[in-house]
This record gives sequence, C-alpha cells and structure tokens, in this order.
Amino acid sequence: MRLINLLKIAFKAIVLNKTRTLLTMLGIIIGVASVIAMLAIGEGSKESIRETISSMGSNMITIRPGADNRGPARGSGGDVQTLTLKDYEKIKQEATLLSYITPVVNGGGQVINGSNNWPSTIYGVNPEYLNIKVVDLQSGSMFTDAEVKSASKVALIGQTVVDNVFPDGQDPVGQMIRFDNIPFKVIGVLEEKGENTFGQDQDDVVIAPYTTVQKRILAIDYLNQIMASAISEDDAPDAVTQVTEILRSQHKLMDSDDDDFHVRSMEELISTFSSTSEMLTILLVAVASISLLIGGIGIMNIMYVSVKERTKEIGLRMAVGGKGSDILMQFLIEAILISITGGILGVILGLGATVFIEKFLNWPTSVALYSIVISFAVCAITGIFFGWYPARKASSLDPITALRYE
Amino acid sequence: MSKEIIKIEDLTREFIMGAETVRALRGISFTINEGEFVTIMGSSGSGKSTLLNILGCLDQPTSGIYEIDGVKMKDLSKNQLATIRNEKIGFIFQSYNLLARTSALENVELPLFYNSKVSSEERRERAIKAIEMVGLKDRMDHTPSQLSGGQQQRVAIARSLVNNPVMILADEATGNLDTRTAYEIMSIFQELNKQGITIIFVTHEPDIATFSNRTIVLKDGNIIQDKLNQKVQSASAELAKLPKEEH
Repeated sequence: MRLINLLKIAFKAIVLNKTRTLLTMLGIIIGVASVIAMLAIGEGSKESIRETISSMGSNMITIRPGADNRGPARGSGGDVQTLTLKDYEKIKQEATLLSYITPVVNGGGQVINGSNNWPSTIYGVNPEYLNIKVVDLQSGSMFTDAEVKSASKVALIGQTVVDNVFPDGQDPVGQMIRFDNIPFKVIGVLEEKGENTFGQDQDDVVIAPYTTVQKRILAIDYLNQIMASAISEDDAPDAVTQVTEILRSQHKLMDSDDDDFHVRSMEELISTFSSTSEMLTILLVAVASISLLIGGIGIMNIMYVSVKERTKEIGLRMAVGGKGSDILMQFLIEAILISITGGILGVILGLGATVFIEKFLNWPTSVALYSIVISFAVCAITGIFFGWYPARKASSLDPITALRYE
Repeated sequence: MSKEIIKIEDLTREFIMGAETVRALRGISFTINEGEFVTIMGSSGSGKSTLLNILGCLDQPTSGIYEIDGVKMKDLSKNQLATIRNEKIGFIFQSYNLLARTSALENVELPLFYNSKVSSEERRERAIKAIEMVGLKDRMDHTPSQLSGGQQQRVAIARSLVNNPVMILADEATGNLDTRTAYEIMSIFQELNKQGITIIFVTHEPDIATFSNRTIVLKDGNIIQDKLNQKVQSASAELAKLPKEEH
C-alpha cells in the first residue's frame, strides 16, 4: 500500500516536470547510446579484419626471404634471393603438416588485349595455389602440373582485369592477352573476391604457371615467396616450426645465425591486426567513457539541482506527515524510473545509431552485449546515486528547516 | 471543562545565528483544552511562529516539556512525530504551500498518501468531502495558479482537514488576504471549531483575535497576556456587515 502510494507520488512528480525529466534523461540517453555505438564500431572492425583474414585462408602459411645477415652489408627482405626452388622442393618433401604448397613469383606489368590495357600483377604459382587461397573459378579451368612443367603460356585472370581488358563483355576464356608483350592464353576467370580490409583489390591479378613467369617475364631463378597451407588451423603453429627447421638445415644455418627467411601463419597476422584494432577499440572506449562521464555529470547536476529546488516541497510533504523514509523512497523511485527509462531509450538509440552507421556509412559494426550492460549500469547507478544522495540530505532535515529553504 | 490536549512547560527555543544566540522563546508554559479556539498574538519577532512550529511538531524546543494528550513529544522518534503530524495535526501556512501544477483535489489528498490505512477510494472520497466543506467543489480540478489567494488558502484548509485532525494550527493564515476573504476564512475556522476541532491561530491582527475564545499575547519570547475572550464575535455576522463592493 505504502509503496504503491509512493510510486504514484513519484510518477506524478515525473510527469509534472516533463522538461526536467527529459533533460535528465538526455544525459543518460546520450551516454548510453554513444558507448554502445562506439563499441559496436570497434568490435565490428575487429571482426571484419578477422573475417577477411580467414577468407584469405586461415591455415595459410607464407614463407618470405629474409634479410641476409651473413655478409657485412645487410639488405632488405625484398631484394634478397635466399628462397629458391630447391627450398620449395625440400619443404614439399619433408614437411608433414602441410597439405598444399606452391612457389610464388610475382611482378607488375601491363595486361594488353588489343587496344585495351591495364596495369596489373602477375603471380606465378602451381595449381595448388587455388586450394591455399581458397579461390574458385567463375569459368574455365586451372592449368595443370604438365603445363607448369612445360612453362606453358596460359593464364587465369581476376574480374578487375576482365572488366578492364575485356570491356565489351565477351567471354575472356580462350582469348589471347599479352602481359609485358608475352602472349598468354586465358584459360579461366577467378571468382570475384572484392577488396580485402586493407583496401587491396583481390581481383586485380593474373595467375600463370610459376615456371612461365620465372623464365619468360621476370627472368629470375629465385622465388619471391612460398605459400602453403597447414593441414588444419590448429596445426599452423607447428607447421611454422617444422618449415623453419627444414629451411634452417637447408640453408645450413648455424645455431648462432638468424633466420634468413620469415615464416608466418595467418594466426600471427590475425593477432597482429587484432591488436591494432584492439588499440582502436581502446581509443573508442576512452572517448565513450568520457561521454559517459559527461553524461553522468549531467545527470548528477540535474538530479542535485532538482532535489535542492524541491527542498521546500520536501518540507511540506514532511509537514503533512511524510516520514523521512517516505521522502527518500519517493526520490529514489523517481531516480530509478528516470534512469531506467533513459537507459532503455539510450540502448534503443545506440542500437539505432549502430544500424544507421552500418547501413549508410557502410562501416562494419557489431554490438557487444557487455557494452549495453556496462553503459546502462553506469548511467543508472549515477542517476540513482545522485537522486538519492541529495534527497537523503533533505529528508534528514527538520521539516521547518526544509520548508524555510529558499 | 473538557480534557487537556496540549500542555507546555517552561518551553525555550534558541537559534544560533553565527556567533549570536537568539532566544526566540524564553520559558513559556500553558495548557490548551480540547475544543478551544486560541489566537496567539504578538509583533513580529515575538516568537509566535516559533511556538506554533513547535506545537505542530515541525520544530523541536531547545528545552522544556511539550505534551499532546499526555505524550511527551521529546520521547518520540522522527517517524512517530511524522505520524502525529499526519494523524492529529492540520497545519496551515501563511504562504499556503500548495504543490504547484497540481490540482486542488490532489493537493488536498496529499496527507492521505502518507497514511497507509486509507485506501485510494477512501482518499478521494475524503478529499472531495473536505473540499466541499470549504466551498470549492466546482474548482477542485484547478491548479493553485488558477485560484485566488483566498481560494488557495481554502484548499490549504481542506488539506489540513482531510485527515480528521484533533487540532488545526494556522500560521497567519489570513495574513495575505483582504478583510472580506479573511472573514470568510475565519467563519470556516469557527465552523470547524464548533465541530469540536481545537484551533490555534497565530495572527498579528487584533480583529481576527475577536473571533477566538482565548488570546495569548507574546512579547520577546515571553507570555505577557493570556485571557479568555468574553464576547466572541461571529465571523459570518461580521462578514454580512461588510460593504458589498469591497470584494
């Protein structure tokens, strides 16, 4: 009975002071909404990086040449030629944790078809490349091991290349193109993959047998990298160790020598980028915390002032028989109603903003449950505390002191 | 006569204002019987409002005894005092003290919200009855800002009545009102007094005191006069004598 009465009183007081209620809620709404939206952006970018990397083949392992540290002059990883076909063959023979492996040589050049031309990159690989990169074909077929052996001038092209050198929409399969004046027969078109998170167009490629690219285009006898895929994602770290050991013995490195190559699994890449986006999330959380703090201060101000300006009302309520606890309860209920309503509206606004960001700004977002819980709790606690604290002070006054308060 | 309802003995009240101690009441004693209509008079600063606030359990005396129906107020907790204010005392202020933007009816209901024995139907019923008694039935949906001073004071009277108090304490309840309205209000008080409610009325207007049957005069915190009024005027009769155009 008493509680119902107090609920009614509190509800009336809230309805009676719409503007004040709204202003108080605004602090809570904005605080909650901004935290939810910011964290959704942070989480979203983290997830999208993870997804992109996974789509590139999550058990992929890349082996790149490293700086040759043995001589007096050190070169950068790009120019060294420490990775050779022999290395590839040795790994292929000895590594037990790998399911696919391909040598990779790559170089830039102009793709030409009649009067159309387009600058692109050619990747010289073996047929296992498609399995490692998890790419399918739109049309045509992959070249065979025999074609690799014979260094055939066949190529597969990505959609971006198709769009630029076959603008009339004709089927590229079976057509001839030239890459740096070497004629290639197009035997297949790669499935469209779009841009990855790092903004790289994964469709802007030409794939050809590595033998052909090595001999006819680049005229080199070393490899730019070796790509492989571990039997499973879990085996990737062990596969990295295995490959490292094979290469160290192959390169006859002493125990005191540093590796002259780099072996990386996608797992490492994921953690590298995750930590980057973790930084971003921390930054966003910091900003959101500040807005939450400011929201909290807003709630505090309004609650404090509203209780202060109602000291006279508190005095009157006590004069007609309201107990200190009744007054305290009334203000506590008011504060709870305002905070909870504001919190719920804040969650709705935050989710709405997230949807808006996703739809219209095309940013990846992902709403984390903990962001809702934390922001809601912080705002509700701030609101309730700062509604309760001044009310407690007022309700402990003598009625006459409260009544006389100006 | 009838039984003693209020008894105070050697009551003092001191306020500390910075370094100074102001002695608002310097040891006063009296008793009030059930059914009396007492006016407390005195110039401003004489301590009459301080006394009334103590009688209304809104303030605590510095020393001395205050009893209602034989119960010492000093022994009661804050919550028990609140219950006394709620169930035994109706308090009326000079400045009405109504809740703004709240209808007259809801203002009258207010004390009953703090009385958990009263159901919501009964609350409404009693509030309507009280508001009828002060003649504002047709305005019970108006908010204070839509009412005149006299009407607001009537709402305040209805509010003080709604809990069926044994006594009503009024602090300069006619102080802000013109003569005609003041007499109207006084006739309501006289009517309530006839029904047996004890009334203690603080005023500084001598003509108001003529409507009561006892007058206590305070000066500088002491009682200088306490006399029974032999010839009690009827407020409604005086009201009839006033020229009409004054309203």
